[in-house]
Amino acid sequence: MSATLQNLVNQPYKHGFVTSIESDVAPKGLNADTIRMISAKKKEPEWLLEFRLKSYEAWLKMEEPAWPNVHYPKIDFQAISYYAAPKQKPKLKSMDEVDPELLRTFEKLGVPLHERMALAGVAVDVIFDSVSVATTYKDKLAEVGIIFCSMSEAVLDHPELVKKYIGTVIPSGDNFYAALNSAVFTDGSFCYIPKGVKCPMDLSTYFRINTEESGQFERTLIVAEEGASVSYLEGCTAPAFSSNQLHAAVVELVALDNADIKYSTVQNWYAGDENGVGGIYNFVTKRGLAKGVNSRISWTQVETGSAITWKYPSCVLLGDNSVGEFYSVAVTNHYQQADTGTKMIHIGKNTRSTIVSKGISAGHSNNSYRGLVKIAPSATGARNYSQCDSMLVGQNSGAHTFPYIQVANNSSQIEHEASTSKIGEDQLFYFAQRGIDAEAAVSMIINGFCKDVFQQLPMEFAVEATALLSFKLEGSVG
Amino acid sequence: MIHQDSKVLLEVRGLCATVNGTEILKGLDLTVRSGEIHAIMGPNGSGKSTFSKILAGHSAYEVTGGTVMFQGQNLLDLAPEERARAGVFLAFQYPIEIPGVINSQFLRLTYNTVQTHRGKEELDPLEFDDYVREKMKLLEMSPDFLERSVNEGFSGGEKKRNEILQMAMLDPRLAILDETDSGLDIDALRIVANGVNQLANKDNAIVLVTHYQRLLNYIVPDFVHVMEAGRIIKTGGKELAFELETRGYDWVGVEHKAATRATA
Repeated sequence: MSATLQNLVNQPYKHGFVTSIESDVAPKGLNADTIRMISAKKKEPEWLLEFRLKSYEAWLKMEEPAWPNVHYPKIDFQAISYYAAPKQKPKLKSMDEVDPELLRTFEKLGVPLHERMALAGVAVDVIFDSVSVATTYKDKLAEVGIIFCSMSEAVLDHPELVKKYIGTVIPSGDNFYAALNSAVFTDGSFCYIPKGVKCPMDLSTYFRINTEESGQFERTLIVAEEGASVSYLEGCTAPAFSSNQLHAAVVELVALDNADIKYSTVQNWYAGDENGVGGIYNFVTKRGLAKGVNSRISWTQVETGSAITWKYPSCVLLGDNSVGEFYSVAVTNHYQQADTGTKMIHIGKNTRSTIVSKGISAGHSNNSYRGLVKIAPSATGARNYSQCDSMLVGQNSGAHTFPYIQVANNSSQIEHEASTSKIGEDQLFYFAQRGIDAEAAVSMIINGFCKDVFQQLPMEFAVEATALLSFKLEGSVG
Repeated sequence: MIHQDSKVLLEVRGLCATVNGTEILKGLDLTVRSGEIHAIMGPNGSGKSTFSKILAGHSAYEVTGGTVMFQGQNLLDLAPEERARAGVFLAFQYPIEIPGVINSQFLRLTYNTVQTHRGKEELDPLEFDDYVREKMKLLEMSPDFLERSVNEGFSGGEKKRNEILQMAMLDPRLAILDETDSGLDIDALRIVANGVNQLANKDNAIVLVTHYQRLLNYIVPDFVHVMEAGRIIKTGGKELAFELETRGYDWVGVEHKAATRATA
């Protein structure tokens, strides 16, 4: 990474969360007035302000969780500025102005050209008609009644839907970071699939083209009505830089009878440098409510970035015969720390859940799987299958597994499998003896290790994810 | 087969090597010409397996002296993968398991990598499938091999066959077979030996590293070398192997010491 980029991403760390925006920035610190100001700036209805204030009250009484297997200096929440007017990324005139190091990364990852431009902040409309793409997209969705917009727009244009569902899956006082997000969230995505509609394409945050940053307190809500289905893609494989060190997002999914939501994430936030300096703290609460009978919620995540990841995309299986799935690949290198996993809460009868977690730890990093499978007394005939595999690369990394199983109904079936493996010198020598260099060998081993998860990703995403993993682990072996 | 005028493939002179500071090879000499089959025998700890790993470039060993020329090139200058691409093949004594990596994909990657470096065409998955299935017949391997993870859960015999299959695919100039007979039952030994014999030709050479004479009933060597304490101390024809089988290794050492004393 070039010095410029490194400086850019490290800036907030060095200077204690100062954002460099000239105007329209709230003073640092958090109190009820700050929240009123945010709500007023966004012209929000009264009920949302109340939601925020209630969350803030709850947050004040809560403590930062100390149980995750991650270590970092205490965050001073009063040193953060909680509102900045949506800011435009600096526009560049052509790809020639983009940092060559960033271009090299795109090249390695195989990110499509038009996407590279958007990500690098080039004025894409000059070369590539992004507006028309976004418009075509929106028109096509509108035809079938799908709403896909920013959370701010949704609050203004579809308040009844937002009011009905926001905070129903993750209550405002759910946990420390969710409460903070509920109090101060700035923007995010809203997606509503009406009854019986199968969304004709994968919905991607990339296509909800917004030149402004979505901010550090992102809020997403996806609702699939009866018989609806949608596949939602979040993030991208290209490295994401942020001027904020703390990211505390909340994602809520609601699936009604026979509805199906598939949520795929590739997270590649700035991870800090090879000495563990800088990087994003990614403290995210994601939960899906399989509310209706036969509904299905599926999480697939590829976590490669962030200095610290704290994240447990979960499923509450309320409807009878509902299905929850969690497929995860988490890669840590250098001094990254990840404590990630899922919760499968079985409440309805004959509910089923599958957990497949693959952790890869390289460098001096620490990678923990933490998962809860809970079978409520009502969940007769519930079934869970969990598989947690860890792979260690090199001598100094750590892999940990913390599975929790709570069963209150003796008709349930629970299976848990776990393994730990290592990319050894001797494996690499075997590849080398067949003419294959270390880079290609690691890529092949990692792909083999992760294939159960990659299979769940949409096709092009899977190809990019494969390249991303090799890239993240480059130079960590041999 | 010995041809007096055939080209020298491998020329090892005074090779010395250490592992973790311990000297394992102490001045090893060996000349291998194309078309020849050599057997390197010797007691445990004599340095046979070390020698084969050093030829392949294993990083655990440090070469402290001597030279290794392969087809006129300084082999020690090359990285392990470059040696493989140049035509040095090592059939491992204990082929390592690589969970999750499908054998067919692994085989195709190695085949295409080596082909590319030889300036030849790569094969697409379908073409490769035909190609590899043909080669598998040579070793009487069942097609389900292709769908399994590389060496994972393979029996000893299956692992060794998988090694020889790779040798058949990659068509090396110099194939070093490290204790390929160990862990094989008599049927598997016959199949593997038969495969190797079919692969031997006038342009390549085979070095068999083995503890027992048994393998040499099936693959008949042109030369038999006896290694002791990091050196080749005796070289003979195939009869030498029989003699070792009946008399053991000790007498060779005694004879060698006597001879060394006499010349001193």
